[in-house]
Amino acid sequence: MNVVVCVKQIPDPAAPQALDPETRTLVRQGKLILDDSDAYGVEMGLQLADQAAGDLVTLVSMAPNAETSGLRTALAMGADRAILVSDDALRGSDALSTAKVLAKAIERAEPDLIIAATESTDGYTGTFPVQLAELLGLPSITFAKKVSVADGKVHVDRQTEAGYDEVECPLPAVVTVTAGVVEPRYPSFKGIMAAKSKPLEQLTVADLGFDGSQVGATGSRQEVTDVAPADERQAGEIVEDEGDGYESVIRFLEQLKLI
Amino acid sequence: MSIDKIWVLAEVVDGSPTSTTLELLTEARSMGPTVAAVTWGGVAASVATTLGDFGASTVYDTGDLSDALPGAPVAAAMAALIGSGDRPDVILIPASYDGRDIAGRLSAKLDSPVITNVVGLTVEGDEVRSQHGLFGGAQVAVARFTGERPWIFVVRAKSFTAESSGGDPAQVTSAPVPDLGPSNAAKVLARHVEERTGPKLDEAEVVVSGGRGLGSAEHYAMVEELAKLLHGAAGASRAIVDAGWVPYSHQVGQTGKTVKPTLYIACGISGATQHLVGMKGSKNIVAINKDRDAPIFSVADLGIVGDVHKVVPKLIEALKTRG
Repeated sequence: MNVVVCVKQIPDPAAPQALDPETRTLVRQGKLILDDSDAYGVEMGLQLADQAAGDLVTLVSMAPNAETSGLRTALAMGADRAILVSDDALRGSDALSTAKVLAKAIERAEPDLIIAATESTDGYTGTFPVQLAELLGLPSITFAKKVSVADGKVHVDRQTEAGYDEVECPLPAVVTVTAGVVEPRYPSFKGIMAAKSKPLEQLTVADLGFDGSQVGATGSRQEVTDVAPADERQAGEIVEDEGDGYESVIRFLEQLKLI
Repeated sequence: MSIDKIWVLAEVVDGSPTSTTLELLTEARSMGPTVAAVTWGGVAASVATTLGDFGASTVYDTGDLSDALPGAPVAAAMAALIGSGDRPDVILIPASYDGRDIAGRLSAKLDSPVITNVVGLTVEGDEVRSQHGLFGGAQVAVARFTGERPWIFVVRAKSFTAESSGGDPAQVTSAPVPDLGPSNAAKVLARHVEERTGPKLDEAEVVVSGGRGLGSAEHYAMVEELAKLLHGAAGASRAIVDAGWVPYSHQVGQTGKTVKPTLYIACGISGATQHLVGMKGSKNIVAINKDRDAPIFSVADLGIVGDVHKVVPKLIEALKTRG
């Protein structure tokens, strides 16, 4: 069973975020890293594919610059190869144009199972995987907290408001995983060394049959018109607990007439 | 071209439209003259009165979907209506599990982009502007579509206040699901409902939440005890839900529930953006955390810098003494 894992390379979430004042899109400069939410999908793919029997785990990603450091991390975890669609024309792409581009790239890998995170950490739009499934004409199961594959079907415990549903569908299919699905491995030293020589194919949008106006900021057909500071909540009173900190909470509850 | 027709995806749970559905119908009424709801699961007739009361004149009904996940079939039924010439200007979709699936499918089917994480909407002439919290709500971005209608917005819970319009029951109109093939092949085999005691998380007056600072799963019991003493609900950060300490239904935040209680007490929660998005609208916030620099303190009305394992048990003891 060949598995494609969609991964995103993002700025380190621990670093301060900012918007570009001109384009009003997130500033993505400096070193990009593998989105932490995608490490779960990579791990899931590695556990489901039988690499010893020749199954391939292929990473598919998109970036406006030729950034590969996040992909190398996922290759070091054990993925076999990566396809990166990299083109300056992709700058400012929305979820739907991203799905169109990656659908074309993914078709090349002839996957049985496509895994993605439920949403990215930086943009958290959360619609790309389902748009991708629709474009590929495939079934999708989102918000997986448990995934198994048997007899050509994928079986998923899917989170719901009330608990979870057991959902099944035939392969090929798209599954989005939550961060609870598996515990991602850390790349080993051997893995990191091996990742350096694993195949990483770079494609442009033209390679996939798109012209520049169909993707990027123009293809997105939406724009941010304004950004302003929110009505900030004022930080209130801060009390260092010296053993009686709870009394401040009691007084606060009394003020609110909750006790 | 003015905004005339608005569709609202009406999600029905346990026989009633969800609160987000009613919030969106209320908002839709203020955006334009004609509001229709779209629903599925064979419940349209039983919810037509409520949907009408909140402003829908029509309810499109896909009928029973049997055991199919709704994403593909509901989106296809909506796309078929639109293909037949019944074109809305705006489609409002709740940011729920199924809502997000339907929005994604519909977007790809119509080749219309979708704007998600909406927390406010304004109509300005022939345009609709959407508001979005950025960076945990520190900034507000305003966005708009530049292409063809319908414009699809996925809206977060509690972005608007639901108000009845006193309208007549909505007229039920059939919106059959076309034959879909493989994309509609995901089937629900079984549903599992996790037990809950006390008020619902997103309706409680008081929410007490725990995070990684609790140290281990068994310490979540004190969060539940404090919540119970205050007649509230117990919540959690994503970190401890992902760690398997508590069920997902307790999660507050971007991917969990949005809560706006009178009082929110955060115990051992640092305040990642993911969490702040879901609770920042609370009327009053108390945070207990040992790290003085934790971001949660920047939104807290009262911050206790201390060990949750010391402060919370004393608080529980004091509340018990008061009876």
